[in-house]
Amino acid sequence: MATAHTDDHQHDAHADHEGHPPPSRLMRWVTTTNHKDIGTLYLIFSLTMFMLGGAMAMVIRAELFVPGLQIVDPHFFNQMTTMHALVMIFGAVMPGFVGFANWMIPLMIGGPDMALPRLNNWSFWILPFAFVLLLLPLVLGMFGIGGGAPAGGWTLYAPLSLQSGWGMDFAILAIHMMGISSVLGAINIIVTIMNMRAPGMTLMKMPLFVWTWLITAFLLVAVMPVLAGAVTMLLTDRNFDTAFFNPAGGGDPVMFQHIFWFFGHPEVYIMILPAFGIISQIIPTFARKPLFGYDSMVFATAGIAFLSFIVWAHHMFTVGMPLTGELFFMYATMLIAVPTGVKIFNWVATMWRGSMTFETPMLYAIAVVCLFTIGGLSGLMLAIVPADFQYHDTYFVVAHFHYVLFSGAVMAMMGGAFYWLPKWTGYMYNEKLGQLHFWLTTIFFNVTFFPQHFLGLAGMPRRIPDYALMFTEFNMISSIGAFGLGLSQLLFIYIIVQTVKGGEKATDKVWENPEGLEWTVASPAPHHTFDVAPEIK
Amino acid sequence: MSLVRAKKLVAGLAALPALLSAGIARAEWGLNLPEPFTPMAREIMTLHNTIMVVCLIIFIVVFGAMFYSLWAHRKSRGHKPAQFSHSTTMEIIWTIIPFFILVGMAVPSTATLIRMEDTTDADLSIKITGYQWKWHYEYLDSGVNFFSTLSTSRDQIENKAEKTEHYLLEVDNPLIIPAGRKVRLLTTANDVIHSWWVPHFGVKKDAIPGYINETWVNVDKPGTYRGQCTELCGRDHGYMPVVVEVLAGEEYDKWAASEAEILAAK
Repeated sequence: MATAHTDDHQHDAHADHEGHPPPSRLMRWVTTTNHKDIGTLYLIFSLTMFMLGGAMAMVIRAELFVPGLQIVDPHFFNQMTTMHALVMIFGAVMPGFVGFANWMIPLMIGGPDMALPRLNNWSFWILPFAFVLLLLPLVLGMFGIGGGAPAGGWTLYAPLSLQSGWGMDFAILAIHMMGISSVLGAINIIVTIMNMRAPGMTLMKMPLFVWTWLITAFLLVAVMPVLAGAVTMLLTDRNFDTAFFNPAGGGDPVMFQHIFWFFGHPEVYIMILPAFGIISQIIPTFARKPLFGYDSMVFATAGIAFLSFIVWAHHMFTVGMPLTGELFFMYATMLIAVPTGVKIFNWVATMWRGSMTFETPMLYAIAVVCLFTIGGLSGLMLAIVPADFQYHDTYFVVAHFHYVLFSGAVMAMMGGAFYWLPKWTGYMYNEKLGQLHFWLTTIFFNVTFFPQHFLGLAGMPRRIPDYALMFTEFNMISSIGAFGLGLSQLLFIYIIVQTVKGGEKATDKVWENPEGLEWTVASPAPHHTFDVAPEIK
Repeated sequence: MSLVRAKKLVAGLAALPALLSAGIARAEWGLNLPEPFTPMAREIMTLHNTIMVVCLIIFIVVFGAMFYSLWAHRKSRGHKPAQFSHSTTMEIIWTIIPFFILVGMAVPSTATLIRMEDTTDADLSIKITGYQWKWHYEYLDSGVNFFSTLSTSRDQIENKAEKTEHYLLEVDNPLIIPAGRKVRLLTTANDVIHSWWVPHFGVKKDAIPGYINETWVNVDKPGTYRGQCTELCGRDHGYMPVVVEVLAGEEYDKWAASEAEILAAK
């Protein structure tokens, strides 16, 4: 290792500003072009949005605790489900993974920083403004100004989205800004990985997290503009008398769904592939054994990404597609189970005959492998068109995508946070509290979402504020789980704050014998790393 | 939160014990799809159960192996880590086997789907139009038509009256169809997208403005069957149930004839 220059970044963060007066505390974060600072900003932003989106979920679950209208009116309820999804997807999960990418990719490939640091700053700072724009109509609506936030579901299906108030126009512009931010971030990641690798770090030597992000970045560049196109057409339909999707003017509402899901399905993999990457970093460390089947992991990731482009219409089997269309999308969707299965088997094979210990990150990784698979298997069930006619738009779907998104993406990020927190802060987190957070999260997650499978099968549609009496019991259980799940996340924040403030000093390696360049630099990682490229054997 | 909303919250919480006891008294704890009453719903049920069992077996095998490993290959038991990281044989096996399992699932699914999409030879056709927030039914041969709207009282929804058995699943004019005959259903909508669903029939079809979709049912026996709109269609999406009253053949004929007469007299 060449460059462990060990200045403490708490005090000496600005050694690079020689000749300039050091910026004020606030301006340091506004003007920063450092990948670690920007990574931190992304992660804090993501956590903030996670709590906000979670608060919206609490409103939803509180209203659904018993049948009847108790707390909110149906219009506000619809705003909550819509905003919960938009905030969680575009505010919590996507920026969260970009935060991990910013922090870890340069460290993992032995590069000094991201390739396009100023672009990096910009792609982060667009986000807070985008979310102000997105959330403003909701807040104004609560004070009786305007019609509130969009309430037509995060999928913004026309013609319903053509009916809503100007909250929708705000949301469309916010989505444009988020899209620009994501595409810029993705371009930066691609350029960084292609150009900033240390000598000897060939593509097939890159850590899997870097690989999954490279593929994710290509997906982002490919599909975010498609979403931008879809919402732009909505905008002109709403304001400039076009009729792309408005049947009254000869438009086609189903076309909106095709365009939306051409974005929407790759988007699903955008949110899960980096999670696969994180899991693939964590498991070998705690199994003390190299990752099984590295090559097939890379190919499986690429295979999943390719298939993600040709399965979009499985979200719309009930719109009345021709039989051949339904069959094609059913077969293509079922095929995804093959590369996904390969990944699961490889993770299990990595654990097999290892020498495992169960620190918090490992607990999260194991839970993700297991619970994500439940979501994967219910996804396979959803691919079966005749059965999908029963599951479509019910709580079965809600359960399915929370198993892949919460116990897939979000819990992988939690595991990743515990895994790298010592490297980021220089202190070990409190292991007991970390494990407590894991168990609370895992148990309450299952209490919340497992009963929703039963609700969906029994016939409860999603996105309803009130329901028939036969659904009462499972809704009650689900709500109790949700409140527990929400409260447990306060513990997550407490652990992070505690770790940032201090504690047991972390060693450079942090864990027993982890693989990867990030463990060769000091803990906390100095403000600048790998000014001189490390040597890769 | 506005004052009105706060008041509602307090009222809701005050009514909680009564609601809880009322709810639990009607507990159904349904774990699977509801009982099927059409050939297609039965086929779906079989497919669903089969695939469910296959998924369960896969889950148990894979995670049986994983949990065995978690128990046996722990550092605390002194297990020394092996260093293997490849096995071409294994990787081929676990690529090919899932593929064949998938083919095994795809074959019956395809057969069922082909039967489901065959709407030919129907005995009668009914046009279903979705409105915000009610359904309109039109019998294409006789021209008989009517709206079907939620009949649950506002007081029940606002927790001012006790909720009755079919809370939110009852309408003023149910759709009436004959048992044992193939009924072709054409769905469309007048404003936004709705979706017509009766779980017992295994039929869910989007009602889309500007489109006419078709599907069919052939219900085994007379009775009342309930479902809901399943595509978010705005504020009262949760309040547009589907209720279908299935009559025995002759009874249906009598009903259809009298309705046609009333229509002619108008």
